[in-house]
Amino acid sequence: MSALVVDPAEHTCRKEAFFERLRAQLSEGARLVGYYGRPADDSGQVVITAVLSANGKLSVLRTGLSRPHSHRALSAELPAFQIFERELHEQYGLRLHEHPWLKPVRSDAPYPFYSLKGKEVHEVAVGPIHAGVIEPGHFRFMCLGEVVHHLEIQLGYQHRGVEALLLKKDPRALGPLVETIAGDTSVAHAWAYCEALEALAGVTTSFEAQVSRAIGLELERIAMHLASLAGMATDIAFLQGGTTYGRLRTTAINSSMLACGSRFGRGWVRPGGAWAKLESGQQATLRANLKLLKDDLAIINPHLLGARSVQHRLKGIGRVTREQAIELGIVGVAARASGIEVDARADLPGPVHLRYGIRGVIENSGDCWARAVVRIREIDESLRWLEEVLDAFPTCSPDAARVGALKPDTLAVAVCEGWRGEVVHCLETDAAGGLRHYKVQDPSLRNWFALALSLRENEISDFPICNKSFDLSYCGNDL
Amino acid sequence: MTILAHLAALLLLPIVLVGIINRTRARWSGRKGPPILQGGFDLWRLLKKRPVYSEVTTGIFRLAPLVVLATTFVSGLLVPLVGRAAPLSFALDFVALAYLWALGRALMILAALDTGSPFEGMGASREATWAALAEPGLFLALGTLAAASGHSSFAELLPVQAVTPAAIVVRVGCALTLFLILQLEAARVPIDDPSTHLELTMIHEVMILDHSGPDLAALQYATGLKLTIGAGLIAALLNPLGPGEPAIWVAAVSLGLTFAVAIAIGCVEALTARLQLKAVPTYLVLGSLVGLLALLTAAFDFGARR
Repeated sequence: MSALVVDPAEHTCRKEAFFERLRAQLSEGARLVGYYGRPADDSGQVVITAVLSANGKLSVLRTGLSRPHSHRALSAELPAFQIFERELHEQYGLRLHEHPWLKPVRSDAPYPFYSLKGKEVHEVAVGPIHAGVIEPGHFRFMCLGEVVHHLEIQLGYQHRGVEALLLKKDPRALGPLVETIAGDTSVAHAWAYCEALEALAGVTTSFEAQVSRAIGLELERIAMHLASLAGMATDIAFLQGGTTYGRLRTTAINSSMLACGSRFGRGWVRPGGAWAKLESGQQATLRANLKLLKDDLAIINPHLLGARSVQHRLKGIGRVTREQAIELGIVGVAARASGIEVDARADLPGPVHLRYGIRGVIENSGDCWARAVVRIREIDESLRWLEEVLDAFPTCSPDAARVGALKPDTLAVAVCEGWRGEVVHCLETDAAGGLRHYKVQDPSLRNWFALALSLRENEISDFPICNKSFDLSYCGNDL
Repeated sequence: MTILAHLAALLLLPIVLVGIINRTRARWSGRKGPPILQGGFDLWRLLKKRPVYSEVTTGIFRLAPLVVLATTFVSGLLVPLVGRAAPLSFALDFVALAYLWALGRALMILAALDTGSPFEGMGASREATWAALAEPGLFLALGTLAAASGHSSFAELLPVQAVTPAAIVVRVGCALTLFLILQLEAARVPIDDPSTHLELTMIHEVMILDHSGPDLAALQYATGLKLTIGAGLIAALLNPLGPGEPAIWVAAVSLGLTFAVAIAIGCVEALTARLQLKAVPTYLVLGSLVGLLALLTAAFDFGARR
């Protein structure tokens, strides 16, 4: 959890210098965190902001690009920009040449699907309406027999206009709205929002409040990792894994309800502090729940990982190599399963994670197996961390600080490591101290393409397990 | 009397066996599970519904469930389910069983293609491939038994004759082969997953996606019938009671063994994950190899006795 607050004017430069500095920083090892646009005062311009992370620090670069002119796409040489440039093209009509694939991210504007021609070639279209209760998304498989040559994913069916909606209300009252950007990542989105807002208001929350938020974040991580593991086990028809992880998830989400009244962590984090209450009585129950999780996981984890039939289904399936993952700039669990050390809790630690460190979990094989193992090990690490922090804070019911007026003409960027990966919120104020622009970035946005890549030359029947191993959000992508 | 008992078994066992499998699965995962007769309630609910037909389908789509049900039901009359006798018995009736099932399958595949859905097309392709791979196993197992017993109808080739080590190897080998074929025919884990909602991984389930109401009931009942016939075959094969024992005892032991087969299927489903689709042919060929081993044992035994 880390926030950066800057006067954007100080980081603005001309177009040529912007691209030069951006390339230089990236080649020196900086990591691209976000790249987005906002409308400028002059309607012929788009203000572009790049957020980078290097050596435990966030930094921003900014420039203005003219709309009528065409610009050379960065994606041609730096594929990590592909989704961001597609978004810029879609939102602001920015003209980009040499971009390999300017397919709309969210709108249903017609754009041809890739097609494959030849004998034994067939296409399978799945969705946007699926069997089972999942979100809408369209998947187009180009297959040779049972083998997938390429998968094209079309999303946007869940577009609700979140970013525009966020500008319509008092910036200090956005908590409930932010929690519904991706309902399974409520705490991470709420924390990123609060951290950025507090930075804009110049408020420092108490350490205890930060601890409370971090507890909520880890409970959310445990619950959702358990849900993903249950889903993966069900997809390969490994009955005991499916039912056991599913049952344990209930214990985890009930723990959140104990603290904040919502099983999905809604209302846990609010500007200035945390609404969740962890008095000694609740802590005793919470500890009992965590012990139950720990004891039962010690049985089911080896049972799942030790089953030959499970290994057969997960190992070597849906592989994303380290090189591909770096090139595409994927984040979170998927990146760590491909051997990339990217975890905002370790790379960009706030005060809590500086004092109570959390070890990043890395696996190298990049397949469904690695993504399952990363989740299993992260749950163990989160349980260990929670035990340490609960020992240090026998009660944790922080008072909330008052959040006053926001600084004018300021940009705040907050990065929070949700269970899926880094959640980025960028808030910018205007001259009157009102919100001028709100940019939300869910980790799913960058990872969807990795799913498409992972499926190449795999069997089409392995798509569900690959999909579940990434477990990406549709509404987080569609906003 | 035997015929009445046989018909009752054909009517009830498809529901009860599925119930036993589901109960077994539930027990392994720490749940109580649905009532044993839940499948029956589901069928009753489906029968009361009005079927929905897509505009692009033709008469084949409507014909298929009836043909599948009819062929499976007739094949159920060939196999002794209670006791030693079957209502219908003639020389080489096991060949009739194989091709009655094949007829039903052919119609099912045509009906799936008739919908024009890519999922159903994929399911039909998989079904056709796996069925072709399973057929050698079925004939190896049943042919071996026919050769070993010197008879060619189910009622005569299944009952135990002499208990020798070679005969035990032959029977257990054939039972294993039939068990694998049963898993395929009844669409069970590790070959298929009847409880999945993922169209891309389905085999049998995807071909019945567009059927509804009584048609769906007919197809689900036919799948249960295949389960009953397969489990009944294995039970008759492993029934240790010889020709001299009273018929009622033979029937009771056969029924018990049929339930045991259902429990075994449930245990396999609860304890293993489903196979990767491309590993299914290997699994089926393995079944044929066990059948081949049984055939070789029978041939060797026959030679040794001479």
